Amino acid sequence: MGKHNFGYFFHEGLSNMFSHGFMTFAAIGITVACLLIMGTFSLVAVNANSLLQDLEQENEILAYVEEDFTEEQARALQAQLEAIPNVVSVTYISRVEAMERFTAQYPEEEMFQDLDPDILRDRYSLKIRDLKQLSQTKEMVDDINGIAKVNAYEAVAGGFITVRNVASVVCIALIAILFVVSVFIISNTIRLTTFDRREEIAIMRMVGATNGFIRWPFVYEGFMLGLLGAAIAFLLQWGLYEAVAQGVDTNDALQLIDIISFQELWVPVAVTFSIAGILIGVGGSLSAIRKFLQV
Amino acid sequence: MIRLKDVEMVYENGTKAIQGITLTIEDGEFVFLVGPSGSGKSTIIKLLTGEVEPYAGRIMINGFSTSNISERQIPLMRRTLGVIFQDFRLIEKKTVYDNLAFVMRAVGASSKEIRQRIPYVLDLVGLENKAYSFPTELSGGEQQRVAIARALVNNPTTVIADEPTGNLDPERSLELMDLLVKINALGTTMVVVTHEKNLVDRFGKRVVTIDSGHVINDSVGGYVGGHIHG
Ligand SMILES: Nc1ncnc2c1ncn2[C@@H]1O[C@H](COP(=O)(O)OP(=O)(O)OP(=O)(O)O)[C@@H](O)[C@H]1O
Ligand SMILES: [Mg+2]
Repeated sequence: MGKHNFGYFFHEGLSNMFSHGFMTFAAIGITVACLLIMGTFSLVAVNANSLLQDLEQENEILAYVEEDFTEEQARALQAQLEAIPNVVSVTYISRVEAMERFTAQYPEEEMFQDLDPDILRDRYSLKIRDLKQLSQTKEMVDDINGIAKVNAYEAVAGGFITVRNVASVVCIALIAILFVVSVFIISNTIRLTTFDRREEIAIMRMVGATNGFIRWPFVYEGFMLGLLGAAIAFLLQWGLYEAVAQGVDTNDALQLIDIISFQELWVPVAVTFSIAGILIGVGGSLSAIRKFLQV
Repeated sequence: MIRLKDVEMVYENGTKAIQGITLTIEDGEFVFLVGPSGSGKSTIIKLLTGEVEPYAGRIMINGFSTSNISERQIPLMRRTLGVIFQDFRLIEKKTVYDNLAFVMRAVGASSKEIRQRIPYVLDLVGLENKAYSFPTELSGGEQQRVAIARALVNNPTTVIADEPTGNLDPERSLELMDLLVKINALGTTMVVVTHEKNLVDRFGKRVVTIDSGHVINDSVGGYVGGHIHG
């Protein structure tokens, strides 16, 4: 029965594509749309996640030491704080240091300049690992004997986490739906070409072609549709990303947002698009030619 | 060799098309299959090509047995057969040459084998000048000769023809039968279903007469009169 005849299957698949120009166009179009929406959501999520990570890195809890503790007593708390699971780093800041930072931050406000450092407390700056456990961590810090008060920006962190979680759920749901729609449209396109070729298929079967031989051109067709869709979607995604990045970059209100450059992202985007495109295409063709599995 | 043993065939709607047929066709034989309309001739052809399965009994075709053939082996069994239909069933948008190349490629022939085999087969059926014509540019008789070339091109052991002359005038029919006899003389087993009394009489070959799904006569040179219409 011989080897796999790439040239023949490729040629047949290609001629199938050209014989149904409009449907081919529609199938590639829907694949591009699917990948583009999937890609855009994923890239937004990737950027949001990176922003959140920056935030997490900056996220600190301030734990104020009881006023009547001496510096020695205060420094002794360090070990206890370090023992808390979610705490990454513990930095002691004496009231004098705190005062210096404070006045450095507001150099123009004269009324702060000659404050007595005693009105401030010694404190610890704690960096934490997981924002989701912020409130538990805060309680544990609070329970330590010698810690008077704990300051944490729970509301801000909580808000960011909600945004990220909602974004991922919407993203996954949307991708799943679009994936199914794309497979369905490709499947119908290829079913149309099998319908057109039913006479040829009947003759092939009559002379003893194997099912595999009959199926391969359609699998190639799906593969090419998917890959072509992936290539077009990649180029569009690139252009779109650069345009949005430029817009964010030149917008003063959005200066805090640091967009990841496409140079860092193009390899995973290209690989994901190709794999998704091929899955959509081959999945569609296999679903279209299921009936040839039976004799 | 083809052997049918107590074969019965019932269609899904309950029609008992074949009601117990036992028949042996040796390699190299030429057999006419005759009988009235609806007697079951085409059903026998479909049983031989594996298009339908017997309800009871056993069919052996060139070393394959329907009782234990696997799905994967059906294509291999079909490669031992060349089939010709009344309505030719050529691909209209392919040239004569491409119609033949198409079925050779379908069973994995190389380009070299294709280039060597097609001129030989076209020469055999007398269409060496029509290789690059499209089926619609040919007469009915020429189209049927393309169909014969296609049935032969993969070098089958057995050629099966279901009313190959049904769409041809008497003179073309005779030419075509002559061609089938010539191909049989080259060693291919030939099973031909036909309505045409005159032709059957003329060739003096083995004739199997079917009626209502039974074999009612099996003899050389003739058939039971009065049963053949059309
Ligand atoms: N696909 C089918 N479904 C149901 N019944 C069928 C089918 N094909 C044929 N039959 C019935 O089976 C019987 C045998 O049909 P078959 O086609 O084998 O006859 P035939 O001898 O080839 O007739 P003809 O000379 O007219 O071609 C007939 O009664 C026919 O109506
Ligand atoms: Mg018939």
